[in-house]
Amino acid sequence: MPELIAKTALAGKKLVVAGTVLAEVDHGVVSSIAPYPGQGDAVSNALKPLGFGFPAVNSFAVSGEALIAWAGREQAFLIGADCPDLSGLAAVTDQSGGWVSLSLQGPLAVDALARYVPMDLRLSAFPVGAAARTPLYHMSMVLLRVAEDGFRLMLFRSMARTAWHEIEVALKTLAARAA
Amino acid sequence: MRIPCPLCGTRDRREFYYYGSEDYLKRPTDQGTIEDLDDYLFLRDNPAGVTRDVWYHEAGCGAWMVVTRNTISHEVLGSELVAKKKEA
Repeated sequence: MPELIAKTALAGKKLVVAGTVLAEVDHGVVSSIAPYPGQGDAVSNALKPLGFGFPAVNSFAVSGEALIAWAGREQAFLIGADCPDLSGLAAVTDQSGGWVSLSLQGPLAVDALARYVPMDLRLSAFPVGAAARTPLYHMSMVLLRVAEDGFRLMLFRSMARTAWHEIEVALKTLAARAA
Repeated sequence: MRIPCPLCGTRDRREFYYYGSEDYLKRPTDQGTIEDLDDYLFLRDNPAGVTRDVWYHEAGCGAWMVVTRNTISHEVLGSELVAKKKEA
């Protein structure tokens, strides 16, 4: 077998607009974990060596390089760590190449997202540590709030450039308006 | 219009897909009569007031839910997961 090189969707692209940074993040391995009915606790126990259990609804947890994010009803994404053996406990699928991860951090982050995301992004409604499934424009997204002015976005890889374009337009428009 | 998802919280209507009346969850058994099947497929009430419909959180968590709302006041009264109803 030839050695194949895994490439991320946007080749590590980065953009800085008025102190706000949009950058692609290389997320490494991503596994979707969907516990079988009644196996939630067993799955949580199996994940314990990684430093967290199965995430509560609308939340995510970080431990070292690994991150686990709630990604829908009875579904979570384990990111940046190999998935332990969950056979018989959960349906596990490799999602690594199917998604693009972006980080958006800075003073314009909330306002830029607010142009596309139909949910309340104020800290009172969407605090640090919260995760949500919500669309960006019309693209399905996993949205994590990693800091007061920082987000991690996961979108379908096929829409990576569209998502990037939309966020870039929003950032530049906001910056131009303030100037 | 905003719809309360039992998992995600209150979200914009744009995130949801409307499937139809709650009657769709009451499929007759194979032993039922042809009239039961006719009812299930075609006969719907059109209430002026409280109605219960199946919605799908398409752009969100992917859960199916039954939403109770009032067609006169447009008030949304609540929602519950279809999966929870099935377990009960």
